Amino acid sequence: MQTMIVILALTGLALIGYMTGRGRSLVLARGVTPLHSLPSYHGLYVAFWVGIPALLVLVLWLVIEPRIIEWIVLDGLPSGTVDGLAADRVGLLLNDIRNTASGNIASQKDNPVIEAAATQLNNLRAIGFVLMAVSCAIAGTGGLVLAQRRIAPGLRARNSVERTIHIILILSSMIAILTTVGIVLSLVFESWRFFTKVPIWDFLFGLDWSPQTALRADQVGSSGAFGAVPLIAGTMLITFIAMMVAAPVGLMSAIYMAEYADPRFRAVAKPMLEILAGIPTVVYGFFAALTVAPAIRGWGESIGLSVSSESALAAGVVMGIMIIPFVSSLSDDVINAVPQSLRDGSYALGATRSETITSVIIPAALPGIVGAVLLAVSRAIGETMIVVMAAGLAANLTINPLEAVTTVTVQIVTLLVGDQEFDSAKTLSAFALGLMLFVITLALNVIALYVVRKYREKYD
Amino acid sequence: MMSNTTQATAAAPAAAPIHSVDEPRGGDPRPATATAVKIKARDVNVYYGDKHALKHVDLDINENEVTALIGPSGCGKSTFLRCLNRMNDVIDSCRVVGDITLDEADIYDPSLDVVQLRARVGMVFQKPNPFPKSIYDNVAYGPRIHGLAHNKADIDDIVRQSLERAGLLKEVHDRLDQPGTGLSGGQQQRLCIARAIAVNPEVILMDEPCSALDPIATARIEELIDELRENFTIVIVTHSMQQAARVSQRTAFFHLGDLVEVGNTEQIFTNPKDSRTQGYITGRFG
Amino acid sequence: MTDAATPTPVGPSPGASPIRRPVLSGPHLRRRYAAERRFRLYGLASIAVAGLMLLLLVGSIWQKGHSAFWQTYVEITVTFSEGVLNPDGGPVDHHELERADYLSLVRDALKEQFPEATGDRRLRRQLYGIVSTNADFALRRMVLDDPSLVGQRRPVWVKLSDDLDSLAKGHIRRDLPESDRRVSDIELGWYDVLDKAGRIESRFNVDLFTAGDSREPVEAGIYGALIGSILTMTITLLVSFPVGVMAAVYLEEFAPRNRLTDVIEVNINNLAAVPSIVFGLLGLAVFLNFFGLPRSAPLVGGLVLALMTLPTIIIASRSALKAVPPSIREAAFGLGASPLQVVTHHVLPLAMPGILTGTIIGMAQALGETAPLLMIGMVAFIVDIPQGFTDPATVLPVQIYLWADSPERAFVERTSAAILVLLGFLVLMNAVAVLLRKRFERRW
Repeated sequence: MQTMIVILALTGLALIGYMTGRGRSLVLARGVTPLHSLPSYHGLYVAFWVGIPALLVLVLWLVIEPRIIEWIVLDGLPSGTVDGLAADRVGLLLNDIRNTASGNIASQKDNPVIEAAATQLNNLRAIGFVLMAVSCAIAGTGGLVLAQRRIAPGLRARNSVERTIHIILILSSMIAILTTVGIVLSLVFESWRFFTKVPIWDFLFGLDWSPQTALRADQVGSSGAFGAVPLIAGTMLITFIAMMVAAPVGLMSAIYMAEYADPRFRAVAKPMLEILAGIPTVVYGFFAALTVAPAIRGWGESIGLSVSSESALAAGVVMGIMIIPFVSSLSDDVINAVPQSLRDGSYALGATRSETITSVIIPAALPGIVGAVLLAVSRAIGETMIVVMAAGLAANLTINPLEAVTTVTVQIVTLLVGDQEFDSAKTLSAFALGLMLFVITLALNVIALYVVRKYREKYD
Repeated sequence: MMSNTTQATAAAPAAAPIHSVDEPRGGDPRPATATAVKIKARDVNVYYGDKHALKHVDLDINENEVTALIGPSGCGKSTFLRCLNRMNDVIDSCRVVGDITLDEADIYDPSLDVVQLRARVGMVFQKPNPFPKSIYDNVAYGPRIHGLAHNKADIDDIVRQSLERAGLLKEVHDRLDQPGTGLSGGQQQRLCIARAIAVNPEVILMDEPCSALDPIATARIEELIDELRENFTIVIVTHSMQQAARVSQRTAFFHLGDLVEVGNTEQIFTNPKDSRTQGYITGRFG
Repeated sequence: MTDAATPTPVGPSPGASPIRRPVLSGPHLRRRYAAERRFRLYGLASIAVAGLMLLLLVGSIWQKGHSAFWQTYVEITVTFSEGVLNPDGGPVDHHELERADYLSLVRDALKEQFPEATGDRRLRRQLYGIVSTNADFALRRMVLDDPSLVGQRRPVWVKLSDDLDSLAKGHIRRDLPESDRRVSDIELGWYDVLDKAGRIESRFNVDLFTAGDSREPVEAGIYGALIGSILTMTITLLVSFPVGVMAAVYLEEFAPRNRLTDVIEVNINNLAAVPSIVFGLLGLAVFLNFFGLPRSAPLVGGLVLALMTLPTIIIASRSALKAVPPSIREAAFGLGASPLQVVTHHVLPLAMPGILTGTIIGMAQALGETAPLLMIGMVAFIVDIPQGFTDPATVLPVQIYLWADSPERAFVERTSAAILVLLGFLVLMNAVAVLLRKRFERRW
């Protein structure tokens, strides 16, 4: 909240910069030499000089300050408190101090050392805020004065402003790369920490998943097992069921839309599929857990099958419904890209529509359809909410769709929701699973996009 | 030249086991110098939405002759051609009014089946459009869907005969399993012709079949058309008057949606009756 | 022709046989047409399946949830007795009123209504259970608002309990044996007596929209989650819209064709397909653990969703920019405008409807997103209405997830109602997008 005030103040200062810069150039414009740039560019020139340095100071401060304060607080603790503590214990201690400082419930209440440290933390934060506000103000006004003095009729204000905006534009487009780098780095780093605790081969090929690590070493079953195979098998099972629903229904819908439907029918059916695509996954999850799963269970029991109440079938079928519009809209594009001349060629030989579709259009569109299906598979693998709500938690290694299985995404959610100690193998394993998920979906996407692009080039 | 043609066409139907021979027309021997009318068009009008693209066209297509449709771009000759096997059905905004009969049967009769019609009236398009399949499958496609053969050997036979008759077999016999799209433009177009004649239609419509080809490939296709005349009735739309003169027996001149003049090719090119025809063939417009 | 010179390998043998003609009648053609009809039917059936599923989904949720917009109230006659509210006599003390035992007022009123139930303890407990467990809070609020009520006797409408509410809405079948239903015969009798006396009323459930989360289904509302969603979406919009548009402008109008640009392009396409939960992991590792931002805060949720929405906005903005014909750029350049002026004065305004459409669609996606927010702790049970971007908060879809996980039957109704509200917002946003597209659709 305090930061917001600083940002607002800086915005105000930049506005003042704009006004004065513009005003000064208007005064200059009455002189003999004509201005190189319009007055508004002079205003922007000054505003940039105010805003950018101050903003940089602010961001740097926000990143660095907490670390320095923590260091000072830890340093100020009575000697012996921190020495000999493992890194995660220090983290817990800091957490307690922070919680006490902000008035929340801490695990070690009424500990005088922590109380003192919390007071110190609060004091340091207050000082830090004042210092931050002052340095931002200095940076801002400094820029204002400097830029004001440089305003002259010959100043190429427009060029400077445009160069700056150009750089801002480049930075904006770099955020996409930065995001990817951030994802890769955070996943790889945390996974690497996980693999120092659990060997990577045990993770990739282990057949047993029970991520319970004990808090104390002497507890029963303290080891925990981190074999990802049951999770992958569960994910594949549910994905397979989903594709068994989505691929035929989606593809046939697309074919009907592209080859048979008249415009009026399309005008109704296409938005309907788009609605299906726009429904949040949490709604599908609710539908799967409360409507589809009991229905399948009841149906199974009526013919004498034992169906788990969190069967893979229910989650898979609902996921399939969710993916139908995905498959159909991608296939629709692909089928429409098949040139009309091929259809004409087939019709001219006396082929019926279905013959033309099955033996000319689908073979011609096959690479694109394969790409669409791959993208849909990747979507199914990464889907979270439906399986969290409708699939189970037990890591069964089975291919029976009527049993409960668990998936990679379900486990990531279970491991990370709720209280977490940040250095346990249990928490870190979620990142290893995340890395695996990222690599698999990325590979599928790259292949699919490549296939689709190759296909597009063929007919463009 | 002529002897070659005779040999090829006479040989073509040979080796073929007797198949579904259709009732009235199957065994019917056709005189080489036929003047029997195969297709009769009366008062044909075509509209694209509001646009009146073809106006009151009356035209007879004689059996076992090559009829050339000529005229400047946008004159309606391709439109007329596409009426003859109802390819215009594919275009939503297109409306056809008038009578067109094939062997005295109205082809726009609601009870008539377009699939049947198109099996009897084949078509070759302006741009070669081989299916993205092997050469063999391209040619075998038609016979397969129409049930012309009961076993692999029959299909093999038809494929080879058709490629032979299209003059392509020699060039491709050792790579029948390769994609048809890998052939040169001229070969592709001959593949499309082979594909069309594999179904053994009675009429073949050709919509500027040589416009995308180089002169050598064009000459090859023109020879082929002349050979095919023996067994098929051919209607060809062409931009090139020389081509019309070379391959056709009768020529029809279209202009701005009107059929201006129709007659023996020789007569049209040497002694046109209409001044517009005169103007077009002497190169004053078009 | 040279055919004669080099005979082909499989030459046709001499001798005549009739020409093969296509089979144009009979069973073969009938079979072909049957296949055609079958195929067409498969296509139609597929679309029908999709439509049916949509209908089933929305229908089942509507059927479960529409009744949550109504709440059944019961009228009880409460004596605001001095003895309970002001036991030591004297002037009415605000502090005392706050701590008074309002529960006993409710109980007395119920006992007065049904004196026959006062004898047996078990019966008494059942009787107390017919009104909501929070009915005393309603009385407390009344008295605190108007202390002059003390000593008076007033009819008061309070909420009926979950189970009787379900009964009133027809969710509980009366014809079941007593042991199989959640309402006993005695309760049923009381309900009917009250109903006949006109003391049962169904009112629009205002609390659903004005209350925060609660463990008590009758008291739980979506207001907190709604505010959380609004705060989160604000951050998402403020970050992703400017960044997305600027990135699109750069890539479409300024970027040179080089390796870096290619890398950015491929990157954006791949980011669009990264599972949303991975963005949650990014948020957890980078925003929470590295930058030390607060957990469960709309600020962090908004940032994570912004990164997730960015590719959608960039891709949509790029295609909108691409649709502006080059002739307009040329005309502006011809007048001596700088590249930036060409973009800001001419191209961007023309592309804006398309950009806004893409942005709204991206926002709708973000509004429905759940999984990444679970990773950054927006899944806590939060009663207070969030006041700012760094307060702990939850959002509508996460609230749905939390309620769906609750064991109480009455939460099913609430969950469905929350879903209906969420779907309402999404329909609204998409309708705006469609309208925008239609209104400003331009054919060049």
